[in-house]
This record gives sequence, C-alpha cells and structure tokens, in this order.
Amino acid sequence: MPKGLPAVAVSTHRACRTLLTKKQYSADQPVRQLDSLPTGPAILDGAMTEKRANAHPPPSEASKDVALLMVDIVKTFPGVVANDRVTFEVRRGEVHALLGENGAGKTTLMNILYGLYQADSGEIYLYGKRVRIRSPRDAIRHKIGMVHQHFKLVARHTVAENVVLGLSGTPFLAPARAVEGKIRELGELYGLKVDPKAHVWQLSAGEQQRVEIIKALVRGADILILDEPTSVLTPQESEELFKILERMKEEGHSVIFITHKLDEVMAVADRVTVMRRGKVVATLPTAEVDKPTLAKMMVGREVVFRLKKAACARGNEALVVENLWALSDRGLPALKGISFSVCRGEILGIAGVAGNGQKELVEVITGLRRATRGRVVVLGDDVTNKNPRRIADKGVAHIPEERLKMGIVPEMSVAENLILKKHHRPPFCRGFLLNLRAVRRFARHAIEEYEIMTPSPETPAKLLSGGNIQRLILARELSGEPALVVAAHPTYGLDVGATEQIRQILLQQRERGAAILLISEDLEELMTLADRIAVIFEGEIMGEVTPEEASLEEIGLMMAGEKRGVRA
Amino acid sequence: MKRIGPFVLERRLAPTRTAVLGYSLLAIVIALLLMSIIFWAYGVSPVKAYSAIGRTTLGTRFGLMEILRRTIPLLLCGVGLVIAFRAKFWNIGAEGQLLAGAVAATWVALFSGIPAPWKIPAMFLLGFAAGALWGIIPALLKVKLQVNDVISTLMMNYIMAYLVKWLIYGPWRGPSMRGFAYTDLFPRDAWLPLLAYSKVHWPTLLIGLVAAVTAALILSRTRLGYEIRVAGDSPDAAHYAGIGFLGVSVWVMLLSGGLAGLAGVGEVAGIHHRLLEPDHVSLGYGYTAIIVAWLARGSPMAAIITSLLFGLIFAAGDEIKVTLQMPFQITNVFNGMILFFLIGVEFLLYWRVRFVGKGKGWAGKAGS
Repeated sequence: MPKGLPAVAVSTHRACRTLLTKKQYSADQPVRQLDSLPTGPAILDGAMTEKRANAHPPPSEASKDVALLMVDIVKTFPGVVANDRVTFEVRRGEVHALLGENGAGKTTLMNILYGLYQADSGEIYLYGKRVRIRSPRDAIRHKIGMVHQHFKLVARHTVAENVVLGLSGTPFLAPARAVEGKIRELGELYGLKVDPKAHVWQLSAGEQQRVEIIKALVRGADILILDEPTSVLTPQESEELFKILERMKEEGHSVIFITHKLDEVMAVADRVTVMRRGKVVATLPTAEVDKPTLAKMMVGREVVFRLKKAACARGNEALVVENLWALSDRGLPALKGISFSVCRGEILGIAGVAGNGQKELVEVITGLRRATRGRVVVLGDDVTNKNPRRIADKGVAHIPEERLKMGIVPEMSVAENLILKKHHRPPFCRGFLLNLRAVRRFARHAIEEYEIMTPSPETPAKLLSGGNIQRLILARELSGEPALVVAAHPTYGLDVGATEQIRQILLQQRERGAAILLISEDLEELMTLADRIAVIFEGEIMGEVTPEEASLEEIGLMMAGEKRGVRA
Repeated sequence: MKRIGPFVLERRLAPTRTAVLGYSLLAIVIALLLMSIIFWAYGVSPVKAYSAIGRTTLGTRFGLMEILRRTIPLLLCGVGLVIAFRAKFWNIGAEGQLLAGAVAATWVALFSGIPAPWKIPAMFLLGFAAGALWGIIPALLKVKLQVNDVISTLMMNYIMAYLVKWLIYGPWRGPSMRGFAYTDLFPRDAWLPLLAYSKVHWPTLLIGLVAAVTAALILSRTRLGYEIRVAGDSPDAAHYAGIGFLGVSVWVMLLSGGLAGLAGVGEVAGIHHRLLEPDHVSLGYGYTAIIVAWLARGSPMAAIITSLLFGLIFAAGDEIKVTLQMPFQITNVFNGMILFFLIGVEFLLYWRVRFVGKGKGWAGKAGS
C-alpha cells in the first residue's frame, strides 16, 4: 500500500457526500434500507444470501444480537497467509478485544472490515445481513468507524473543522460551527470531553483520540474499531478511554479493541478473540479466562512475565548529562535543562508520553542534534555536539527509534547493514578498501549469534521482518562491547517472542557492565528492566523513582506533568 | 493493494534481475513501435527505415565505427552519472561538465606551452579537473545552502555554454579562421590517435572502459562506495552512521564531473581539433547520458551496454538524415520516448498488475 492517509481521507470525504446528499440517510434508519442503495453488482440479492446462509448457519433469527459476523475470511499476501479462514463475531453492545502478537493478522482482519483490503474469500454479515465492503466509504455507510493507531487529524485545524472535514450536508459557510453543538452533545453523552474550538495541535494524545472517536460517531458509527488505542496514552488517559468505552457500550455500540496488552483485555473487554499466525485460536468471555492462559494462546507457549535480573552492580558513570537544552525540528525548545547520569552495569529508564523530548534527548546524546546549552559527557570525555561517528567510536551504541528509516539501509544487504558505523574501521576497512571477507565472516557470526532469520547474508535488509530487523540492529550495535547503549523503544511493535529476546539481551549487556539508557513508552518494560526510572514531560525530568518503590499511578501522574512531591 | 478499474495492483518488494531486464527491453520495444508510427506519418515505411538503419549502422565497418565514436562521450558521462545517481545526487549537468573539460583541453592545446609528449596527458588531467570543479560547485551549493541539485546542475550547463561562446567569439577566436567563431586548429601533437579509417579516438574509449570497471569496484569494494550507497539509499541512516553528506557529495560530483570533463577532452582533441559552438562540441551527450545512466540502473558496467545502445541511436540519427531525408532531431524524439517508457515501466517493477475482471473489482463506479 502507498501512504494510507490520503486514500482514506479522499474516500471518506466522498463517502459522506454520497451519504448525506441521499436525503433518506439518517443515523436511525434501519440497515436494510442502506443496503438497497445502488451499490453496483456486488451486493447480492436475497436469493443468493439465502443460499449462502444455508452453507453457514450463523445469520439466523436466533443471533439477532450479533452485530458483526465475519466468516471464513482468507487473505493472502505474497508469501504469507495473513488471515486463514478467520471467523469473528461481535455482539451488539459489547467490547470485544482482538488479541494477538504483531503479524498475527488482527490489523489485516480489521482492514478488511474497514474496506482497506479485500478478502480473497469469506463473507461479512452485519446484523444478519450479508454485505460487501470494498472501501472505507462502504464501511462508513454500513456504520463502521475506525480509529487508527496513528491519528489522521489536521494539526492546524480546530476540532470542529477536523470533524466536519469531508462531511457533506453541512452549510457552505462556517460548516465547522454547525457541528460544534453536535460535538458538545456527543461529549456529554459519552464523556468525550473536548473543546470544539481548540486547535488539534494544542491537544494531548488522549484528546486527539477523542476527536477521532467523535469523528466516527458523527458519521453514525455503530461498530467502532480501535487499533491499539492505548499505545499513545498515559495510564490515566487509558482509564478515561475505558470509561468512554463503557458509555458507548451502554448506548448500544459495539467496540472492537485491537491490542497485544493482556491487562487491557482483562480491564475493558467483555469477550476476547485470540489470533495467532493468521488463525483464530479461541473466542472467550474474559470472565472465564486469566492472563497466563491468554498469553499462552497468543504466543503458543508459556511466557515468562518476569525476567531474571541480577542485582545492580553500579560502576563508574558512563554517561553524564548536565543541564541539557535543545530545540525540536520546529525550532521550539524540546529539552529544557535535563540532567542525569547512568553508571556502568545500570539501566536508566526514561518514561514519558511520546513527543515530550525523548527523541531530541537521544539525538543530542548520539550527536545527531545540536545541544544549544549544557554538556554530554561519555566516559569522562565531553562529547557535546561532536560528530555522530566520533561519539559512536567512543563506544556509544544507538538503537534508534525509527528502525526502518534510520536503523537500516533497506536496499542494502544484511551483511552490509551489519557493518554500518563500523565500515570505516578495521577489520572491515583497510585504508580505502573494504575487506569483504571480514564483512562476510562477521555477518555469518552475527546472524547465528543473534538468531537473525534471513535467507542469506546477501538478502536486502528490507525483506526481513520487524523482529529480525531489530535483531540485526542489536547485533551491529552491541558488537564490540559498547560502554553505553542508548536504546529508544527497542521492543516497540515487536511480537512477544522477539520482545522477550531483546529484553534478555539488554539485561546481558547490563551484566557485562554496559550502561544502558532505555527510552520506552511501555511502563511494564521499564518496571521490568530498569534500575531507575526518570520521567520526562515537556523536555523536563519530572522526577526519578526506582521500580520497587514506584507505583504505576505515581509514574502516570509524572508523565502527565506533575512534578514528584508537588502533588498534595 | 490498489484497484484501478478491473485491475488489481499488488506491491512487489524486490524486482528480480530478469524483471528489470525484461521491462527495460519492453520500454525500448514500445519506443521502437511508436517510432515506426512517426516514420509512417513522415511517409517512410517503418520496415524500410529500420532495415536501412540496421544495414548501414550494424552492417558496415563504417557504421560500427560511427556507433563507437558516439559511444565514447556517452560512456564517460554515463558512468559518472551512475555514480552520482547512486548517491541520489541528480546531476543534470554532465553537458556543462563536458564543455568545461573541452575548454580546459583547448587551453592546454593552444595556450599552455606544455611540451609535446606531455600535452595529451595534461589535456586529460586538466579536463578532468575542470569537469570536476564544475561539478563540485553544485555539490557545495546543495550541502551548504540546500540549493536543489537538479536546478543548479542544469543552470551550470547554460553558464558553461555561454562561457564557451564568449571564448570562441572573443578572446580565443582563431586569427586564422577568417572571422568564423572557432579557435585555431590544435597543433598536431594535441590530436588524439584514431583507429584506422574512422573517427574513433581510442585512448578516450579505453579510459571510458577503465572508468566503468573502476567505478564498479569503487561502488562495491571501497569505503567511499559503501558510503555513497548508504547516503543514496537512506539519508537518515547515513546521518545516523555519521557519514558526512559534504564528503559524499563532493566525491561523487568530483568523479561524475571529472568523467564528463574527460568526454569533453575526447570530443575536441579527437574529433573537432578545436573549440567551437557548444552544440557542435556536444550533440547533447551530457543529456542523453542521463538516460544511459538511468537505463543502467546503478551499475557502471551496464552503462557500457546502454551507452552502446544510445551510440547506435545517434549513429542511426545520422543515417535517418542522410538516407531517409528526415531531420537529425528525430534522435531526440526517440531518446525522449525511451526515457518516457523507462520511467513508465518503473511502475511495473514495483507493482504486479492482475486482471480480475468486472465482477470482483468494480469499486469506483458504485454508489457515486
């Protein structure tokens, strides 16, 4: 797929125009009539539906409370079966979690439901009636809404302008004003508090998410798909989201909640469908299941939740950051006087909601961004604003946040990617020439040691899966025993197996005596791995805690901008 | 996945070598077919035209030598552009860099007073340096001031072309040329040796072949080549790895411009033996070399093949003019069409098109 955003935006826009220019459409109209809209040859006539219904029992009179039924969905991509005869059922007025590792096929299934993909085979029934969804426009017409993981909002517009964007049937002049009332009304009804006149760029991630939900509701969504909705939220914001979902349930909406976090499933869902490798493992009421069972279903084996961690043997300070200031890409202050230090054999975790200066902090330490004030000292040497190569050569490993964009060169081979940053030094480079023998030898060794699944060392890196790309980056960065490892979101988006392995590797590095600066949005990860956790908010450190003494609530409050100890 | 009418498009990650070759040939074949329409519209039978072209270019020693003569500047410029394009430095300025080399060679031949045995080596050396200098200026502009490389390299062509015009109308106008806008003829010791009964200045051809092999080795086997490829494929990764864009850009344009400069030396010292109007020194070789490099898809060795192909097209252009009484500019039309279709098939390399018929794939029409 090319960039999804424009396509979605365009089709949404056109969909709404279609809907609202057809005067008969309104939110409370029966679904049946919607299906009689001219939708081309694809909508099957009654006879056909009946015939199909015989083959598949579900859409009968008995299952009136079934809002959505997807039967035997098959979707293959070149080389992968993303969905293998998946059957998925959502009832009216339930929160249904769709649980699975990355690559299990959850998002593919939902993209089929939202019309972004077409299934190779299989059927979709809404309220017992067979439908065909070929574009997001169809999905919206069938009252399906989707909130994507990465919000699709126009930052410079107001909330109301974003909601009205692409919505037809609004007055030509000041269309945004026309929906302000509606937004307030929905806000009252569902607890979606947000000021219609606020500009989106002023809003927190949680508020932006509410705008996305309002967008879906204004378009009449009965079934709402939320793709990993908590990944950008603080614990408190997640709690608020869960309350909103409760309200929506009470109003008769069905919510599909895509996640790979077990706690959330237990907290919010009525039922859960577990997927693994494109297949449904089971659909169960959450009341009848516990976390370890779900984890086992999801991964296919027992999962250790706690990693063994040796006591922290703090050595000398490997990294000292003093009163560090830096600007963001937009030229605004992103770091405002940050100070901390990391010792050898210690993991310092940096917690915080994305976009509070973590990226800039990592970049300044690794030499990719200029510090406007302050000092970065690595192993006693001042490396502030030194060239990234100089800093790397001093023994600073950097596991970058943007794996594909920054961590690898997609077109180049696995072997060539494994020597990036070290390509200018022996044994890989003698004078002007590369030593291809040494490169190959190192590649074979690294592929074996880090279990990088690749057809060969010559395979272009872009063909590897996310987990294997991260293993490649770790293999490269951790070779040569770096004194300091700066790891930005090292397990973000990886499956449970790879996550576990990468956490183990980080702990091994710590035991070896490396100092590790771990930036993560995953509080559980920080609580498991870090020896100390510092919380960053708007470019300042709000406070520092140890995992033993800290509660999630306390960290959450700091992530939301409350300084430690200030709170009553 | 995308859908257009009854077709479904599927993303392809890595096109195979055969696919690249096959689709490139497809582009050339489509261009040839369209050309035959132009021939036909001109009142010339396409079959007759192609057979005449084939007979006179590929069928005679003279024709083959003409192809080689045209290949030399295309090869040198093309190899240089392959290097630049690998770093995603869009050098559109080979034409100007070629002329810079020609100017430097002319200075050595007519005004330097360098003794005879050193004259030709000095021409190549200074020709390379002049082309490299003309190439490095846009590199510095790009890295230091974020000036768009396409625009600056293109504009530098015009500056150099007018500089050449000024030289031949002004200070360098040859006293023995009776008012024509030429320099004087180069002394004999500044003439490149030719293959017997041809205009193939073989030293330049040899340099071109060596350049192709060397460029291939630089790209695959050296630290510089590695850094060029990293910077070209992923600027973010290059930044992350501490690879300096200034260094890569300057090196790339030094090689690219320098090789184009050598092509300019070959043209004035091997064929014209004097500096003359810029569009007579080069028949747009620097521009055609862009297609040569594009078709070679990042491989300097492949540029040997593709420059031969365009050498053939230039030679055929002469033939079209003489035998078929059509304008020589027809080669530009042909070059343009090949480039057009090459860029067109790029799409097919990364998307697999499948016909699914009406039933399954009629998204656009319904309901709107």
